[in-house]
Amino acid sequence: MDYEITLLTTMSISILFALGLNFVTGFCGQISLGHAAFLGTGAYTSALMTKASIPFLITLPASAMTAGCLGFFIGLASLRVRHDFLAITTMGVGFLFVGIVRQQDFFGGEEGISGISSPGFSRFGFLLLCIALTLLFAFFSTAIKRSWMGRVFESIADDEDITSILGINVAHYKIFAFVVGTSVAGVAGALYAHHLRFIGPDSFGFVESVSVLAMVIIGGVGSVWAVSFSAALLSVLPMLIQFVDDYKLLFYSGLLFSMMRFSPGGMASIVKKMKTNNEKSS
Amino acid sequence: MKSLLEIKNVTVRFGGVTAVDGVSLSLGKGELIGFIGPNGAGKTTLMRVITGMVKPNEGEVILEGKDLSRLPIHERVSSGLSLAQQIVRPLVSFHALDNVILACGKKKTENVLSSLFHKDTSEESEKAKDLLTQVGLADSFYNFPETMPLGHLKRLELARALALDPKLLLLDEPLAGLNQLEARKLSDLIVTLNQKGQSILLIEHNLKEVIRICKKIYVQDNGRFLAFGETAEVMSNIEVQNAYLGKNKNA
Repeated sequence: MDYEITLLTTMSISILFALGLNFVTGFCGQISLGHAAFLGTGAYTSALMTKASIPFLITLPASAMTAGCLGFFIGLASLRVRHDFLAITTMGVGFLFVGIVRQQDFFGGEEGISGISSPGFSRFGFLLLCIALTLLFAFFSTAIKRSWMGRVFESIADDEDITSILGINVAHYKIFAFVVGTSVAGVAGALYAHHLRFIGPDSFGFVESVSVLAMVIIGGVGSVWAVSFSAALLSVLPMLIQFVDDYKLLFYSGLLFSMMRFSPGGMASIVKKMKTNNEKSS
Repeated sequence: MKSLLEIKNVTVRFGGVTAVDGVSLSLGKGELIGFIGPNGAGKTTLMRVITGMVKPNEGEVILEGKDLSRLPIHERVSSGLSLAQQIVRPLVSFHALDNVILACGKKKTENVLSSLFHKDTSEESEKAKDLLTQVGLADSFYNFPETMPLGHLKRLELARALALDPKLLLLDEPLAGLNQLEARKLSDLIVTLNQKGQSILLIEHNLKEVIRICKKIYVQDNGRFLAFGETAEVMSNIEVQNAYLGKNKNA
């Protein structure tokens, strides 16, 4: 039973992390190739705080805040750079994060932080907390999508200049998307740190950023439930199939390439097409 | 007539090229002014200065006494400007109705938190349907831009600009690319809007239609002011004729 709980906890944290990126990239159209840096910011914040005997539940909002603050500055950068340049900037942030963490003894350097204390719940209780937070954010995302904010996000993703001409303050919306998306990644990081009880710089590198982007794109950018399904599937595949674990980056990149080539709208688009075809035939 | 828009001594330089050179223009409330000039006259650049898409090296843009010169695009739009662009740019992932609904929801989208707590679109949807009907797109509510012909996209652009309830509507070559019949229909629509009290600054190359619908014309050439006044008077101006037709050596 412990194995299943571990599996489900991993899935749940991955979904939360992917939904955070989906908020920025899927909803608002702002590409991020360094989202693992925000997962790491949350993880390190929470781990260091619990090491200092601060209760885990207090570290959750603190992790969200530190990752959100970093996200705010990246949001400011997104006002200056767009598209490919934003991708490179966010990728740089990812490398910068790993570089800083690796060099500082305060963060445990190369060896990372081990022996992170228990969150104070049973394994099952921790799983329930992860599921509850993930569901909460999934419903929040769905509500946003149906609100006027969702319309504005879609418009910004479509054409930022036209959105401005419609009298909308694009800068505020983009910063909001970055702050929310990165805060959620921070919470996912705090959960991650207390799930594995060990974190190191390599856990938040470029591979992790590409993996989460693959989850979002393979699911279907902007679709909450398709991204959740994709994140759940792709997070446990390496644990179930050894080959996927050994060649994780190759496997994810291959899937990403295939999806962009054959169905840029991801799994959500495939399901939509199948539904339409069924309706036509019946 | 009370002035709605005042452009004072605007100069725009792109490197060594002066696109707009010390231009001033005034438009009164309820006026429809045709803004013409040969290619490269700096018409679109001046329009972009008004909306804030281009920052001038010198000069001021004043709307109803409010200096817009330092405001970003969205604040100028909130102050009462609205633009229908020469090259139509609809939001391609939205159908025609949703394109206009988004513009109708200005009050709900001007603040991030306000947009988070509003979901209902019924009021905006009704207004958007009225506007699309008004511009002749009653049958195209749910058509996506990629399936619409240019004439319809021009009308959609106009409906979206009107949805912002502008004090001043800026139209950048709305007739470009339209056939004679479509151009005449759209021109008639512009006149109807003006008759309802809408102030309009119309940049247009289609001289025939501009002369037909505008009582006043402003002419610019090589970035400089050339003429302004009653249409017949301006069109009989020899300098305007020279700018359009080339200099008459026998004159």
